[in-house]
Amino acid sequence: MGVLLQQAVNLLQLGSIYALLAIGFSMVYGIVGLVNFAHGDIFMVATYLLFFLATWLFSMTSSSFAVLLASTALAAAAIGLLAMIIERVAYKPLRGAPKVSLVVTSLAVGLLLQHLVLEFLGPNSQRVPRMVPDIKFTVGTVNFEFYQILIILFALFIMLLLNQFIRRTRTGVAMRAVSQDATAASLMGISKDFIISVAFVIGAAIATVGASLYGMAYPIFDPYIGQMINWWSFTAAVLGGIGNIRGAVLGGFLLAAVMVISPMVLPVSSYRDIVAFSVLILVLLVKPSGLLGKRSIQKV
Amino acid sequence: MNSKDREQKNQPILAVENLCVAYGKIKALKEISFQVYSGEIVSLLGSNGAGKTTTLNAISGIVPAQSGKIVFRGQNLVGMPTHKIVQCGIAHVPEGRRIFPELTVEENLHIAGYLFSNRNKPLLEQRMEYIFSLFPRLKERRQQAGGTLSGGEQQMLAIGRALITGGDLLLMDEPSMGIAPNLVEEIFATIQTINQKNGLTIFLVEQNAMMAMEISNYCYVLETGVIAHEGVSKDLMQDDSVARAYLGESI
Ligand SMILES: Nc1ncnc2c1ncn2[C@@H]1O[C@H](COP(=O)(O)OP(=O)(O)OP(=O)(O)O)[C@@H](O)[C@H]1O
Ligand SMILES: [Mg+2]
Repeated sequence: MGVLLQQAVNLLQLGSIYALLAIGFSMVYGIVGLVNFAHGDIFMVATYLLFFLATWLFSMTSSSFAVLLASTALAAAAIGLLAMIIERVAYKPLRGAPKVSLVVTSLAVGLLLQHLVLEFLGPNSQRVPRMVPDIKFTVGTVNFEFYQILIILFALFIMLLLNQFIRRTRTGVAMRAVSQDATAASLMGISKDFIISVAFVIGAAIATVGASLYGMAYPIFDPYIGQMINWWSFTAAVLGGIGNIRGAVLGGFLLAAVMVISPMVLPVSSYRDIVAFSVLILVLLVKPSGLLGKRSIQKV
Repeated sequence: MNSKDREQKNQPILAVENLCVAYGKIKALKEISFQVYSGEIVSLLGSNGAGKTTTLNAISGIVPAQSGKIVFRGQNLVGMPTHKIVQCGIAHVPEGRRIFPELTVEENLHIAGYLFSNRNKPLLEQRMEYIFSLFPRLKERRQQAGGTLSGGEQQMLAIGRALITGGDLLLMDEPSMGIAPNLVEEIFATIQTINQKNGLTIFLVEQNAMMAMEISNYCYVLETGVIAHEGVSKDLMQDDSVARAYLGESI
């Protein structure tokens, strides 16, 4: 029983992070139809930026909570801007080109970011400074840490905020309209270019929050973490139904469940990746559009 | 009104001059020219594949014009992106209605006010009320997802959406398509109402030639990308050769 509760906390913690990663991946696909494999390397750059910002901010204040909030907010804004610039420079000129060209371009952008970081900052791994107090709780036989609670609550807050934005605001409804029928949306006076920029900014900003939370749990990072993040984002997004934001959240928690539960029942913990991809293939066999995905409307 | 009166009016609100549109090697429109004057209902008739939808899409900037001019209130629209053309005052009810299936009826109408709803909420409310007075059925279904409406209700929603955008020129692409005859009459009556009461100029694409001619002042007949006939609706209706040759069995 204690073990189960312990693992439930781990699952929620991991699922929250996966969900935040998959949201941006899925949202960009929903609006532009682009499988953005630069997403993982954007996350990697975000992690480096968070690292430098946190180190710099700690030289000015000792309040770790203030450093956490300020570094996350500043990095989210900067990385959102970076994603917007990448879209303008690398993807926008390819609007209307075959999807394959776009996917290849996104892989190239990812590699470019990775090599830039390697060139200027080197291949060594680094450690994110600790920004949350090291508090442990014990409830019965269950041990969990303050940062785990923080990750879950922070992620939940971001997801609720995003949900309100998408449901209630004028720009949010416009995003949904564009993802359902971009031509009809332009006939309502909505600029697709603007909505695409918004999707890239929000997706990258949320991934940056994900990076900040991820760093609390797994503080070691290097220029190669992008690949792993890509596969998590991709798997979670596709599991839930790529293009669907709620699907991305569901896929994130499902992937976390596989990651947490399979080592408990399997002899070798490295089998969990095999299980994760088997689950993905199984879900896609049964429901090719993912769990919450709609049969895509072929756009003329 | 006859054609001479028409020419004596001053500037047309929309003047298309030698418009050419091609899809790859297929020439869909070959130097067509026509005018729409303020306050009119003008019909563009023609059989399948004649280029009617292409004409409307070129006006809205959905497909690019290869050459020619599309002048709306003195301004050439060629090369302008669709969302800017909407801002100039052209509303478009597209072929196949194209409502947002996963947005509710209310959200579909709200998003049509995208250009002004952040600055002028009361205007949006006022226009919504007007749409609901034209189509009370939509009001009952405010919270229903657009994709679950019947074909006729979707057409009402598509018209409502276009009206909310607030243009002075309304382009309509086959509003009667796939709709039961009695509802078609209702929709055509509504088209007349919005033309007469609101002074909206309407450019109507139809295959249902007889009904379209009955409500319109002037007609153009498109045949494989060229304008084969034009005239005041009443004259055109009398012209047997036109009727037999170009307007098919619907007469
Ligand atoms: N996206 C496209 N790509 C290639 N050809 C097209 C495209 N859209 C239309 N066409 C061609 O252009 C011509 C005119 O088509 P258009 O849709 O304008 O006809 P229409 O008069 O609206 O016909 P309908 O009454 O059937 O709607 C047709 O020959 C059609 O095959
Ligand atoms: Mg058509």
